[in-house]
Amino acid sequence: MLEIFPLILLFPLLGAGLNGVLGRRFPPGWIAAIGCGSVALSFLVAVGALFELVRLPAEGRSVTQSLFVWIQAGDFRADASFLLDPLSAVMILVVTGVGFLIHVYSVEYMRGEGGYYRYFSYLNLFIFMMSVLVLADNYLLMFVGWEGVGLCSYLLIGYYFETKVAGDAAKKAFVVNRIGDFGFLLGMFLLFQLFGTLSFHPLFEAAARQFPHAEVGWGVLTAACLLLFVGATGKSAQIPLYVWLPDAMAGPTPVSALIHAATMVTAGVYMIARSSALYSRAPAAMEIVAVVGVATALLAALIALAQRDIKRVLAYSTISQLGYMFVAVGVGAFSAGIFHLYTHAFFKALLFLGSGSVILALHHEQDMFKMGGLKKYLPFTWATMGIGTLAIAGIPPLAGFFSKDEILWEALVSPHGHPLLWAVGVIVAAMTAFYMARLMFLTFYGSERFKSEPAHQADHDARGHVERAENHSSPRESSWWIRLPLGILALLSIAAGFVGLPAWLGTNRFARFLEPAFSFRISEHVAEDTSGHSLEIGLTMLVVALALGGIWLAYRFYVMDPTRAARLAEAHPTLYRFVWNKFYVDEVYDTLIVRPMEAVSRVLLWQGVDVGLVDGLVNGVAAVFRRASVYVRRLQSGYARAYANWILLGAALVCLYCYFAGSL
Amino acid sequence: MIPASHYLILAAALFTIGAFGVVVRRNAITMFMCIELMLNAVNLIFLTFARDFAQVDGQVFVFFVMTVAAAEAGVGLAIIVLLSRHTRTVDVDQADRMKW
Repeated sequence: MLEIFPLILLFPLLGAGLNGVLGRRFPPGWIAAIGCGSVALSFLVAVGALFELVRLPAEGRSVTQSLFVWIQAGDFRADASFLLDPLSAVMILVVTGVGFLIHVYSVEYMRGEGGYYRYFSYLNLFIFMMSVLVLADNYLLMFVGWEGVGLCSYLLIGYYFETKVAGDAAKKAFVVNRIGDFGFLLGMFLLFQLFGTLSFHPLFEAAARQFPHAEVGWGVLTAACLLLFVGATGKSAQIPLYVWLPDAMAGPTPVSALIHAATMVTAGVYMIARSSALYSRAPAAMEIVAVVGVATALLAALIALAQRDIKRVLAYSTISQLGYMFVAVGVGAFSAGIFHLYTHAFFKALLFLGSGSVILALHHEQDMFKMGGLKKYLPFTWATMGIGTLAIAGIPPLAGFFSKDEILWEALVSPHGHPLLWAVGVIVAAMTAFYMARLMFLTFYGSERFKSEPAHQADHDARGHVERAENHSSPRESSWWIRLPLGILALLSIAAGFVGLPAWLGTNRFARFLEPAFSFRISEHVAEDTSGHSLEIGLTMLVVALALGGIWLAYRFYVMDPTRAARLAEAHPTLYRFVWNKFYVDEVYDTLIVRPMEAVSRVLLWQGVDVGLVDGLVNGVAAVFRRASVYVRRLQSGYARAYANWILLGAALVCLYCYFAGSL
Repeated sequence: MIPASHYLILAAALFTIGAFGVVVRRNAITMFMCIELMLNAVNLIFLTFARDFAQVDGQVFVFFVMTVAAAEAGVGLAIIVLLSRHTRTVDVDQADRMKW
């Protein structure tokens, strides 16, 4: 039964093809049914596969299914083969499960948009590519999925391609991702050079043979891991390549929820967890992963504090949470990283979909300072988003609490951990609580700052959105297509964390389930906590207290005294402007990289190499012939007798040649 | 038997006369006849060697040459007729418009 798991890939591919080729002629109902149905089937297969997998003994929970030989060249061989083990099972469940809910949500959210079939076709293609990524059993096939999701991301960010903003954002995402992909490619080359294969298990076995001990200092394995990590920073939006993710919010909100929060951006974390055998042998690379992760978490949280656009706050929050995941895998707590990935997928998708519900109710208004007081109009959205906010803030017993707590604890006690990582993580946790509470308070509390009835519908249709036929005088909750996914995700945000209880509460089933997937890593002896968990409990209390403090602070700033935040900003105008402009990172990149690149391209590559060398060669050859032909063309005189003379001369020369050549 | 050299000398003389005529004469019909003369000179050489080596190949070639010459005469004369209709002359030096 388990062997049929590659079927997961089939349905979304069929759906994408069907909607993509014939969707233009289908009524919207069919398009939605094909889109949602294919992912639902995949999800069912994935659930079935999980149950089958759990029935196997823990060591045997790894099934490889090879479909065909993809590339065979000399020693190199890459199969189109897929691997189902606890790690990819968790990933595929998140991808198809959250993916299905977001498809359902999109049915209503995208209704009336031009290119409905195009949207569902891309979305199904994304699910297919993401499934390839997480199920692949070698790096090369993983890279196919890796590029495929990048393509779908590009297509969906640029879904509103009539607007320049969306087009620019799509290009930016694509180009920045290419930079990361280049690192990934180089990493793959190096791994193949080192181990002679790209298939996971043979490669990890070879790594275990060649590197029985962790590499000291900077060696070739560290280089390979760092190159792979460059790929991860691109895809998972970490410093220095995170700049594309906030701009990616130009895409439709369900896309932001699916691709840029729950699934695609976590691919880097998955890749590193999958490569645990390599990373655990390269401690220097792990250190860099953890430091980059914590720095990204801090930077993104700082920027999120001052953003006005509801989706941008969530985007920076996603970057920040991804930073946590990298801290986890960087300190060697791979299962903690995947655990946070899994809980984050639920509550961040919930928050994005909730913000989409708000945006829809307000006719595509995204500025939080033009919202406020929505609690009484959108009670369901308020409740579900509230759950999501508490979950991401790490308030027990919601999902985010367990995963974040595990990461922070591991950052402190793991052999690769450091108190500084923990301290910054705790500060970021408090900031997370603050900016998420700020989002909630600005959106749902306080005075109603939105225009209840848009004066000119056209103003709000900058995105080409077709206005609903029924216009309401006040914001109204959307239909159950939107509320159902919100409700399910809210339930999951509450319940998902209980599979990974900390040691002082019970057993971490999640970590134990994942353990076989990390069996190639170097085993480390973790010092037994002899203090009877008192330290862990105490630190957890501290983090929760700080998170509550962050929420309380946001309450004081944005509900009790709404002018206070503005006053504070006025008191420190430089600092505020600095944060509001995202630390001018985009501008710095523009000055340091984009402009010099443009200048080099224009002067050296275009005017120098292209115009000078390439065009010069082509035109030069032509010029030589043109000059020479001024004289040579005199031969074509038009006189038949002249031609006869030439022929005679030629014949005579041939005869002479034959005569003398024969005598030689 | 008449030795081969006699035939060859005759053929060379005929060929030279033909080639000279093509180069110096301006009348298209005369040039045409000179070309035929050259072809027949070559035919004569073929036949000489066919007899000398007692092989039939040379004779077969001669038939080919004669067939092609007949076809060529048809096309060439048609061109000359058209030329004379257009330009009222068969002087090839007058027909010099096809050039650079």
